Amino acid sequence: MENFNPFVLPFVLGSIALLIICLYKYIRWVRQFDRLQRATLRKNILSTKILPAIGEMFRECLLHLRISKKNWRLGYMHRSIAFGWFLLIVVGAIESRIGFKGEFHYWVAIFYRFFNKVPPETHTAVVFTQIMDLLLLYVLSGIILAWVKKIKSRLLGMNRATKHTVMDNAIRISLWSIFPLRLLSESASACLYHNGGFLTQTIGNLFSVPVAQFLELPLWTLYSIALCVFFVLLPFSRYMHIFTEIFLIYFRKLGLKEHTKATGFTKFELSSCSRCGMCIDACPLYKDLGITDVQSVYLLRNLRNLEHHKDIIAAGKNCLMCNQCAEDCPVNIDLMNIRRISRDKGELDSIGNYGYLQKVKSFNAIGRVAYFGGCMSHLTPGITESMQTIFKAVGQNYWFMDEDKSICCGRPLLQQGFNNQAAELRRKNTELIVNSGATMLITSCPICYTSFKKEYKLSIPVLHHTEYLNMLIKQGKLKVKKGDFKVTYHDPCELGRGCGIYKEPRTVLKAVSTLLKTKHDKENSLCCGMNLGNTVITLEQQTTIRNTALDNLTEPHPDVIATACPMCKKAFKHGTDANVKDIAEIVAENLA
Amino acid sequence: MADFGFSISKTRSIQLSKTDLSKYNQLLEAVPSFKRCISCGGCTASCSARQFTDFNIRKTHCYFRRGQYDKLEEELKKCMLCGKCTLVCPRGVNLRSLIINMRQILTNTNEVILG
Repeated sequence: MENFNPFVLPFVLGSIALLIICLYKYIRWVRQFDRLQRATLRKNILSTKILPAIGEMFRECLLHLRISKKNWRLGYMHRSIAFGWFLLIVVGAIESRIGFKGEFHYWVAIFYRFFNKVPPETHTAVVFTQIMDLLLLYVLSGIILAWVKKIKSRLLGMNRATKHTVMDNAIRISLWSIFPLRLLSESASACLYHNGGFLTQTIGNLFSVPVAQFLELPLWTLYSIALCVFFVLLPFSRYMHIFTEIFLIYFRKLGLKEHTKATGFTKFELSSCSRCGMCIDACPLYKDLGITDVQSVYLLRNLRNLEHHKDIIAAGKNCLMCNQCAEDCPVNIDLMNIRRISRDKGELDSIGNYGYLQKVKSFNAIGRVAYFGGCMSHLTPGITESMQTIFKAVGQNYWFMDEDKSICCGRPLLQQGFNNQAAELRRKNTELIVNSGATMLITSCPICYTSFKKEYKLSIPVLHHTEYLNMLIKQGKLKVKKGDFKVTYHDPCELGRGCGIYKEPRTVLKAVSTLLKTKHDKENSLCCGMNLGNTVITLEQQTTIRNTALDNLTEPHPDVIATACPMCKKAFKHGTDANVKDIAEIVAENLA
Repeated sequence: MADFGFSISKTRSIQLSKTDLSKYNQLLEAVPSFKRCISCGGCTASCSARQFTDFNIRKTHCYFRRGQYDKLEEELKKCMLCGKCTLVCPRGVNLRSLIINMRQILTNTNEVILG
C-alpha cells in the first residue's frame, strides 16, 4: 500500500475502537429512555430545534462560553484545547486534501508532515503550514495552562480542583503528551524535509540531520500511540464528555429531561460531566465546613462508574440542594434531579400511607384566591398574619387553605427520594385546589412554590407572595409608603436559583425601603443552611453555614434583613440581634 | 395455683436489660444527635400529620428506643417529612433523618442506586 507506515496502526485501531465503543454506548442509552422521553424524541426529532442546538454545541462544546463567563482563564484553557484541536483536525483535513499528491488515506491527514515530504511550494501551502503551526501553538498554550492548574489551581482562579481517579490521571497524561509529541515529530520531519512552519521549522533546525533521522520514526510512533491510548480510554474516562455533551445539548433542545427514575437520559447527563470541578468552590459544604467528597462532581463520577455504593449513598444524602452547583455547572447538568434520583428509597417509598387525609373536605372558594402558607410559615406566624392583613387591605377575598391543618406540598418527601409518597400528597392538594374553584394560588414558602409551580400540574396561576405583592403594587391596588430604613435582601435558594425570582422581591422592597446591595446577591446568594435537602449535617454545621450568610447580609449595616422564606427567616432570627423580617411583614407595616 | 376465676393482669414492665438494642445502636450511629433527645414532645406538638391523625412522633421514637417494634413501621409511614419537628426541636435532633433511618432500619432497606 502506498503511503502507509506501520506506525499509523495504533492510531487507526484506536480510532476504530473509539467509534465502536461510543456507538454501542449511545445506542444502549437511547434504548433506555423511558416511554415519555421516547415519545418526546419521536415527536421533535425532525423539528427545526436542531438549529439552535447546533449553535449551542458550537458555543459550549468548542468555545466554552459559559466557563469563560465565570472565569476567563479557565475559559481560555478549555477553549484552546477543544476549539484549537477541532481546528487542527478540520484545517489539517482541508490542507492535506488540497495539497497531497498521491494515494490518500485518512491517516495521511493526521500524519501529514510525515507523508508529505516536500517543502510547501504554492502560496496556499505556505499559508496552511503557518496556520497549522499557529493552531498547534494555540493548543500547546492551553496544555501549559492545564499543567499550571494541576500544580497550582489558584493561579487559574480555582480554590480547589477535582481529585481525579488513577484512570482519569492516566488518560490525562496521554492527552497532555499528544501535542508536545506532535510538535517534536513534526519538527524532526521539518529538519529532514523542510516542510515546517514558523514553529516546527525553527525547532527542527535545532536538530542535526542524523539525530532527526534517528528520532523521526520513534517520535511519530509515540505520537500515534498517545493518540491510541487516548482514544481507547476515552469512553471509560471523564473525556467521554467531549462527544456526549453534543448529544445532551441536542436532546435537551428537543425537550427531554430527567424523570423520577434513572433513565438513558441520566446516563447521557452523567457522561457529560467533564469533572472540571467548578461545582466545588461555591458549595457551602466545602466552603464553610470543609467537606470535600460529596460535591456533584464526585457523586456523578461514582454514579457513572457504579463503584463504592456506600459512598454514593452517603454523598447523595449530604447536600443542601441549594442549587449553587447547578448554577455554576458549565454543562448545565440537572444536578439536583440526579441527586434526587440517587436518593431513591426503593421499596420504602410505599403507596397509601396518607389515608387519614381523605377526611379533609374541599372548600368552596369560587371567586377567591387560595393562600397556602406552607408548613414552615406556621412556625413564623408573622408572615401569614401579614399576608392576611394585605388581603384585607386590598379587599381581596381569600381562602387560607392550610389555616389550621396543613397538608405538606410533597417536595420535602420528593427531595429525599420518596416519589410515590410525594405524589400522593400532590394528588390530595390538587384535588382540594381544583374542587375549590379558586382563581389563583399564592404561597409564602419557596419550597411549596417550587413544588406547585414545577411538580403540580395546576391550571390556575401559582404565585409566590413576593410576585403577588409586586403585582398588587404595580396595578395600584396596594398603596405603600416608602419607609426611612435600609434593608438587605437574602435570596432564598429555592426562590432565586430554583425558580429565577430575583426581580419581584427587589421591586417590592424598593417601593417600601432603601435596598442595599450585598456581595453575594442573586445567583450567588448564600444558603441559610436550613434547607430541607440535607439530612446529614448537624445543627452546629448548619449554624456555621448560616453565619456566613448572615455576615454577608449584615456587612452593609442594614436596619432590617429581609427574606422571602419562612425557613431562612427562622434560621437568621436565631443567629442575630438584627431585625429579620419577611417581605410580607415589611409591606404590611408600611401600608399607606 | 387455685383457680379463682380471674387472674392478675401482666405487668407492663419493659425489661431493657433483655431487649435487643442492636437496631437502636444502629440508629444512633446513623443519627448521633438522637442521643440528645430529652423526650420533651415538641416534635409531636408541631407535627403536621398529627393535626389529622393520632400519629405521635415522640411515642414512636420512645418505642424504638425500648425495642418495641410492633406496628411501628406502619405508624411511621404517616409522616409527611415536612420538617417542622426538626425546626422546633430544642435539642437539635435531626428528626427527619431519624424518621427515615428508623424506617430503613425496620424494613432493612437502603437507597436504590440508579434503579
